[in-house]
This record gives sequence, structure tokens and C-alpha cells, in this order.
Amino acid sequence: MAVGIIGYGTYIPRYRIRVEEIAKVWGMDAENYKRGLMLRQKSVPAPDQDVITMSVEAARKALRRAGIDGSEIGSVYIGSESHPYAVKPSGTVVAEALGATPEVHCADFEFACKAGTEAMFVGYSEVKAGTVRYALAIGADTSQGAPGDALEFSAAAGAAAYLFGAEGVAVEVLQAYSFMTDTPDFWRREHQHYPRHGGRFTGAPAYFRHATGAALRILEMTGKRPEDFRYVVFHQPNGKFPVTVAERLGFTREQYETGLLAPTLGNTYSGASPMGLAAILDEAGVGDLILMVSFGSGAGSDAFVLRTTERLLEIRDKAKRTRDQLDKNQRYIDYATYAKFRGKIRKR
Amino acid sequence: MFSAKIWRESPQRYRLEAAKCLGCGKVFFPPRLVCLGCRGREFEKRFLPWRGRVLTFTVIHTAPTPFVDMAPYCIAIVEVEEGVRLTCQLVDVDLEAVEIGMEVELEFRRIQSNQSDGVLCYGYKAVPGGGE
Repeated sequence: MAVGIIGYGTYIPRYRIRVEEIAKVWGMDAENYKRGLMLRQKSVPAPDQDVITMSVEAARKALRRAGIDGSEIGSVYIGSESHPYAVKPSGTVVAEALGATPEVHCADFEFACKAGTEAMFVGYSEVKAGTVRYALAIGADTSQGAPGDALEFSAAAGAAAYLFGAEGVAVEVLQAYSFMTDTPDFWRREHQHYPRHGGRFTGAPAYFRHATGAALRILEMTGKRPEDFRYVVFHQPNGKFPVTVAERLGFTREQYETGLLAPTLGNTYSGASPMGLAAILDEAGVGDLILMVSFGSGAGSDAFVLRTTERLLEIRDKAKRTRDQLDKNQRYIDYATYAKFRGKIRKR
Repeated sequence: MFSAKIWRESPQRYRLEAAKCLGCGKVFFPPRLVCLGCRGREFEKRFLPWRGRVLTFTVIHTAPTPFVDMAPYCIAIVEVEEGVRLTCQLVDVDLEAVEIGMEVELEFRRIQSNQSDGVLCYGYKAVPGGGE
């Protein structure tokens, strides 16, 4: 029985801030960051947006594409490191908004930037095991970097939602695989507003070791080589890391550029590689092989080998495409407005 | 806002649930217990579309306490289908670009945060539509 993605959707807030605007405030060299991190701007959530609101919007697109009713969803999983509540699930609000309650299983996931693919991994596994008919998996974040930290150039907002099922499969999951160790490259302690990170330690022992490990092993498990894939998407904490890991593994620009959103979107954390995958699905043909590899600090990577079906062509125009949300109707703001929107100004 | 009120209103705020009178066919949003047209008490549930047109609007400069940080902002009456109207904020828009008749889409947004420790209230707000 083929199990896979039957619907997908993304949401990107309309506000943007440019690298120059942030660099100017903190006396940093914008050109250096633009070149070094391959970032030009990032999305910023409006003050009335959070993981719950973006998840609902992305999930509604996924439902529209799948052509199923919210009440048919058997489980709702939301992966994020910026859930609006410390205690109370994001998933209850999202499930209620979609009309999925009360006969639904729900959990919020957290694993830095890979919580979204964790939700996908579990949702897919449940459908495959036959415990639910449809599973909804979402990766969404409105992450923050400390003012003046390099992370401020990249920490962005966005959401991607995937519906898994065994009928009307638009993208078949051929293999799912997870690669994880305890690697403290990035963390946020309880009650802390901003995360801390290990600087360059986030590179070789964290991102590159896990993304490479997951990719190599899933290639081996499926007997595929990089040239067998039409598209590849890696977690994108900036524009540079995913390109570096893709090229090291032998993938080409043609394979990774479609799903590379970070240069104009920033890092949407749990939403990052799932949103890149959505941009690929907006353009892919029938029978295309896709490799997706996430990364979450702490640290681990989930990998998926996917293959598109004819059904994808029938569903993708039923909702707004990811690149259209990214490239159209942007509203650029200055640093002061950004600071107000993100609650960085202390009022009392 | 009291959490029970948020919970009670969530069907209409989260899913645009309206009530259609089985006697005369009039649609009410938010739902009512008694029909204003025929005084009927039997209704069927109905979901409104998440798009419409601005019927009229105003810009709020002096806002009530929960919305002070958003001022100035636009409040619009949006007609989502013939005769069915709702009132909400129109956001992600330049205030001088708002016009009567403009197409809007409704999006799921946070309506009130109830300070930093209250229950979050979610619902619909309008955003510019059509051209996107």
C-alpha cells in the first residue's frame, strides 16, 4: 500500500526586513553577512500572528488540495520551538479551527528546527501502521534571535502543513529515516526569551554531521545515488549551509535551487525544509524523486525519499503556491517597527 | 477576556459557523437562537466563505486598551455573501489604500492576547485579497 502526502500547504507572513536594516542598527557589515550567510531578507510575523495562526492557514491549504474535510483528520501534530503557550497545546486550537475535533489525536512536538519533520515522520508512520486514515503534520515557527546576535539576520516566520494518507497519494514516501545524537549546539533554557548557540560549533559537529549522516544512510537504504534525484532540499538555517552540504554530497544547483528559500525568506526553523519541499511540489513533474533532509539542533536530522505521482498535478493549483507568497505583496519594515512587532521593546 | 467566553464563541470565530433559519432561510452570523425574520427557532449550521468585499470601514486612532499597540487600524464591515456581513479588522494593508468594494480574504489571526499570561483569543481578520 502506497502511503504519502495527499495534500500540502504553506503560509508566509507578508512583512519583511532586509539584512541592511538590521546590520545598520548593530554596526555590522551587511555585505559581509549577505555574502557569508547568503541571506538578503527575512519574513517577520505581524503582531497578531503566531505558530497557531500560521498553522491554521497552512493546514487549510493542505485540506483544500487534498479535497478532504477537517472532520476526517485522525491526528494533528505540530512541530515548533515557538508554541504560543508553555502549557496548552497549539494543536487543540488548530484542530478546532479545522473542524477536526473531538475525534482526533493531537500532540505538539519540539526539536529545535526539525520538529516539523518529526511531526511528518510520526504522521506518516501512523497512516502506514493503519491506526489513522489521515494525519496532519505541521512545521511552524516565529523564532527570535537576541538583538545584535547573528541569529537576528535569519530567525524568520512561516509554516508548512502536510496531510498523509493512503488514498489519493500525490507524493509517495519511499523511505523515512532518522539520525540523532546528543550534541549541544543550540539551546534555550526555560523562561529565557532568546536562545544561545555554540557559534561555529553549530557547523561541522552539528548541522553537517547530522544532515550528511542522514542523507548518506537513506541513499544507502534505498539504493539511490544523488544523480537519481530530480530535487533535493536540506534544512536551511541560512543560504550557505544547505548549498554546502548539497554540493559535498554531489548534488547540483539544478537539484537544490527550487527548494532553497532561505535567501529571501530566512530560517523558518521547524517550517524550513518542509516549506522548501512545498516549493518543490509546486513545480515538480510526475515520477520525480525528491530527497528531503531536515536538521534540528540538539541534534538530529530526519530524511525522506519521496516520489511524485500524477495526482500532484491535479491538486497543486487548488491553493496559493509558496513562491507566490514569498515574492508577492511583501511589506518592508524598518528595525524599530520590527522591534515593536516582535516584542523586543520593553514597555514596563 | 474570560476564557469561557473565548471558548463559547470559538465555533464562529474559528470556523465562521453561521446559522441558517429553516423557516425563512435567513442566515445569521454570529448564530442566533431566534430568527429575527420569522421568529423560528430551528436552524441549520452553515460555514461562511473566507472571502468577501468591504462594505464600509473606519480607521480607529483611539483604541480600547487591548488594541492600543495596533492603532491606527482599520475596522471593516465585510460582506461575505449576499446579505451576510461581519465586522473585523482589516490588516496587512496601507490604511490609505482601503476602499469600499475592495476584495478581501479572511485569515486566522490572534484577536487578543490578554496580557502575557491570559488565554489567547483567536479568530478572523480580513487581508487584501484578489490580486494575490
